Formats: sequence, C-alpha cells, structure tokens
Amino acid sequence: MISLAGRDILHSWGKFVLTGLGLGLLIGVTFTMAGVYRGMVDDAKVLLNNSGADLWVVQKDTLGPYAESSSIHDDVYRGILGMPGVAQAANVTYLTMQVRKGSTDVRAMVVGFEPAQPGEPGYLVAGRRVTRGHYEAIADVMSRFHVGDRIRIRRHDYTVVGLTRRMVSSGGDPMVFIPLKDAQEAQFLKDNDAIVNERARTAANPALNRPGVPGLLDAINASQTSNHNVNAVLVRVAEGRSPEAVAQDIRRWKHLQAYTRAQMEDILIAKLIATAAKQIGMFLVILMIVSAAIVAFIIYTMTLGKIREIAVLKLIGTHNRTIAGMILQQALGLGVIGFIVGKIAATLWGPLFPKYVLLLPEDAARGFVVVMVVCTLASTLAIRAALKVDPATAIGG
Amino acid sequence: MDKGIGIHIEGLSKRYGAGDTAVDALKEVNMSVAPGEVVGLIGPSGSGKTTLLKCLGAVIEPTKGRMTLGGEVIYDNAWKISDLRVLRRDRIGFIFQAPYLIPFLDVTDNVALLPMLAGRPNGEARARALELLQALDVAHRAKAETSELSGGEQQRVSIARALANRPPVILADEPTAPLDSERALAVMRILNQMATQYQTAIIVVTHDEKIIPTFRRIYNIRDGRTFEEAGEGRALE
Repeated sequence: MISLAGRDILHSWGKFVLTGLGLGLLIGVTFTMAGVYRGMVDDAKVLLNNSGADLWVVQKDTLGPYAESSSIHDDVYRGILGMPGVAQAANVTYLTMQVRKGSTDVRAMVVGFEPAQPGEPGYLVAGRRVTRGHYEAIADVMSRFHVGDRIRIRRHDYTVVGLTRRMVSSGGDPMVFIPLKDAQEAQFLKDNDAIVNERARTAANPALNRPGVPGLLDAINASQTSNHNVNAVLVRVAEGRSPEAVAQDIRRWKHLQAYTRAQMEDILIAKLIATAAKQIGMFLVILMIVSAAIVAFIIYTMTLGKIREIAVLKLIGTHNRTIAGMILQQALGLGVIGFIVGKIAATLWGPLFPKYVLLLPEDAARGFVVVMVVCTLASTLAIRAALKVDPATAIGG
Repeated sequence: MDKGIGIHIEGLSKRYGAGDTAVDALKEVNMSVAPGEVVGLIGPSGSGKTTLLKCLGAVIEPTKGRMTLGGEVIYDNAWKISDLRVLRRDRIGFIFQAPYLIPFLDVTDNVALLPMLAGRPNGEARARALELLQALDVAHRAKAETSELSGGEQQRVSIARALANRPPVILADEPTAPLDSERALAVMRILNQMATQYQTAIIVVTHDEKIIPTFRRIYNIRDGRTFEEAGEGRALE
C-alpha cells in the first residue's frame, strides 16, 4: 500500500516546507527559551565552580553574597583560618554596577579578590594576572573589554591586564576582577564632596567633637572614610575534611552564616533564579499552546481543503484508519520539519544572545517528544472532521 | 443466487424523516441490469435519482425492499452484508460528474489505489491499472499528475478507477455533464466497451440529452417511482 500522506506531502512540498519552516522558527524560539533557563542554571554553577571555594561565609541570617547583601569585617577571615579543617580563607567583595569605558558603559559584577586565594579567576584566555596592588583589572570576554583598555570604576581608572571566560554573575553579567582594597573602596567610599560634608556634620555634633577629648574627632573621621568590610569569606577546607562539619563549626563559634557548595547551589538555583525560571516556564507553556494551535489550524485547514477527496476515498472503500493515519502522518511530518528547523535555528542564533544560551541534547530529545505529542493532539481536530465526512457527499450535487 | 443478473432491485423504498414531515424519496422501485449492459436512469431534479444511486451504492440505507448484486442478496429490508465499505470497494465502481481524482497521486496510482486497498500487492495493482489505462487509451499519461490531464483524459482515468477491482456493477453519476457532445459520446462509447469487455452492469444517471438516445434501456424516475422504457440504442460508432 502506498503512503497517502507521503504522496500528499511530496505533491505540495513547497507549502509543506514553508509551513514547517514557520513552525520551526516558533519551535526554535521555544528551544531558545529552554536554553536561556539552562544557561542561567549553568551560569550559577559556573559562578560557584570558578570561585574555587568549598564554603561561603557571610553575614548571619543572610543568603549572601549573591542572593542578598552581606557585610562582614575584613579581619574575620583570620579567625576562620585558625579553625580546624580550614586550608584557605579569603575575603571577597561583589558589586554589580555600570563600568565605564570611554563614552560607553557595561553592566558588570565587580569582584574584589586577593591574588592566589579563592575568588581569583581560575584561568585567563589573554593577558596576565593582576600583579599590582591597585588599578589593574581582569575582565570576562563577554564585557567586550580588551587587554590594555582603560576602564573607570567609581573614581578610579583601571587597566585591563587580562581576560577570562565564563566568569559571569548569576544574572549573566560579566565579571570584572580588581584588587580587594580597590573593590572595598569602590563599594563603600564616598566622593570628596560627601566626605567634606560628613566631616563638617561630625565636627558640628558636640557629642562627637568634645573639647576635652583630643583626637576623638580625627578618629571618627578616619573611621568614616576608610572601610574594613567585605561581602564574604571564601573558604577552602583541608583535604579529607567534611565541608559541612567545618561550616557547622563556623556557624557555632564565629556567629556567621556558612554555606556549603550544595546549599549555595540551592540558593542560586532554587531561590535566586526561581522567578525567572517560572517566567520562562510560562513562556514555554504559552509557546507550546501556540505551536499546538498553529499545527491544529494548519492540519485542519489542509484537511478541509481535501474534503471532496476524503469523501471519494471513503466511498471507494478506504478504511477510516487509513484516512486518520494520513492526517496524523502529515501532522507528524510537519512536526519533524519544524523540529529540525527549530533545532538548527536555535543552534545558529543561540550564541548571538547577550546571555548564555545552553542547548542540551537531552532538552532537544525531550523537545522532539513534546513536538510529536503536540502534533498528534493537534491532528485530532482534523481527524475528527475527516471521519465525519459522509461518503455520500461524493455522489450528486 | 441468480447469476445472470448484475444488479436487481425489487420494491426498494426510501423514506426521509418521520411523521408529518416524512418524505418518500423512493417508492417501491424495481430495476434489473444484466452484466455487460448499460442502462440510463433519467428524471427531473428531485425525482429521486441521486437517492436511488446512494442506495445502490450502499452509502445510505433503504427503508425497505430487496437488492441483489451478482446474484447475492445484499439487502432484504436490512443490510445482509456486515461491512459496506468492503462491499463498495470490491463490488461497486463509481464514476462521478467531475472525475474527483486524488490530486496527490499520479494517474497509475489513482487507478491502482483500489486494488491496493483491497490488499493486492503494489506491483499487481499497478499492472492491472496499466492494463485498464491501455484499454482506455490513456496509458501514455500513466506517470502524469492528474492536473496535467485534459477533462476527457481525467474522465477516462476515473472510468479505469471504477473498473479497477472488476466490480459487477458501476454507478455513473452524470459522467458526461461537463463534456461537449463529441467527448460525451466518446465516454459513452468507452462505457459500453468496458461493460462488454468486463461484463459489468453500468447504470448511468443523466440529464444529458446528447447521450440519452444511446441507451437501449432507460429507467425514467418520477416522484420516486421508476418506469422502464425502451431507448433508441443509437449506434456509437
């Protein structure tokens, strides 16, 4: 027996391919949305991987440093270093801001780090590491900065000395790494006018400017213009020690919050990007419904265009299941074309997106199954219409 | 079993609706067509021609009566055949006013489809199709798309399709309506040839004044009743 669906597709292949192309672009958008979500999850994991830490020590009762703000003293790390099971501990700061380059600016996460400590970028793709204590920076390639570029962070200019890759915040912003002291200043230091005003206000306050206490005003002013806070301490535990046990000790004895890798992953994926994931999930559902509606409409219209032929086929003895099979195969054929076009389209335009789009083969496999199910469901309307056709309509006017 | 009869009906009636709104479309209709015979079924619009054709084609159920096909009783106040689809496929050929060929199949497969539906292997079905296309003088268009054929060629292909499963009866619904005189007479010539060659009983429903004189026997249907008349039987040579 010949394939009626195959013959019909071959007969009107132009219409079929164009329809499949349109559907494929829609499926491509669906794949891309899924890829955006996967990219966000991957960014979060990469952020944790690249920090090189086993534990994140942050301000008590906060989900810092990525999901909530956290501020702790920069000498806390010394106490942590002295605890059993801790191999390395280093201060870090994180600040998302606009980094200027010439007349343009780039949204970036500025990271303050200490060289050769957790928090330092793991590898470079160009240039060198930061070797000076001030005004040098390493940038992620996504920032589109180049080695030798001069960038401005708050009040100071920095030279980009190295480039790294896949170092992005959970929001997908590229990271710019600068020395810790500079980062502390960038995060907490006010501008000159604000400092002058603040000093005047302090001097005018009789409680802080007591005539009988020499040096008090200077000490207060000094404390206001210097900063000794960081956002987190990254800890690497000693070989063979349980990160959870070390985290428990830190929580108990240092009155700080310590998160293990698994807990941090949970915060980043389950909490920080949860709303975005739901948003994308809604888009996926809507796109799936729209795709189903389009396939149903196309197949239904194609079937209505063949009502007379279907009546003749039924009259001459074609089985209902042959006619239903023909419509189903056409819907599935459309789905296959749409899937192939969608996969190619998503693969081609994915890298052009500003945020990382991760297209996983298992998502493509799942997508293929969903497309086939959607096409099957969408064909039911047309099959119903075809099965309702009375063979008697082929006879007479 | 009456083997000499292609199709035979007795007292066939069809009533649409019920009660006060009931309409008797066919009233005790009688008809016999022998194998190899071509008869005309004529009558004004609304007289019941199409209803009779639908009953004969097993697409609607008569209200009462008796119908035999190739000597086998297929209806006796109820269908005696469980699968009417198979009955239509294997034992009744249809020719329509327009050819209604399947546009996505080529000429050969339009004809071969019926034997294929009946379970014949593709090769055998296509060989039979080619044989019929040759008999109908359209074998040179065997691989053509149906849209590339002229009206007359399309109608010949539809006749080949009707003959594909060698049915004992063919029902032709105004097969010459869209054709000019010359082509209409050519179609009638082919139908007569095929009826003789394949010993098929052919019933031609028509309004077409051009072809009515070609029938030897005519059933005139008026108000749901048939009246048998002798035709002119004008030669088609």
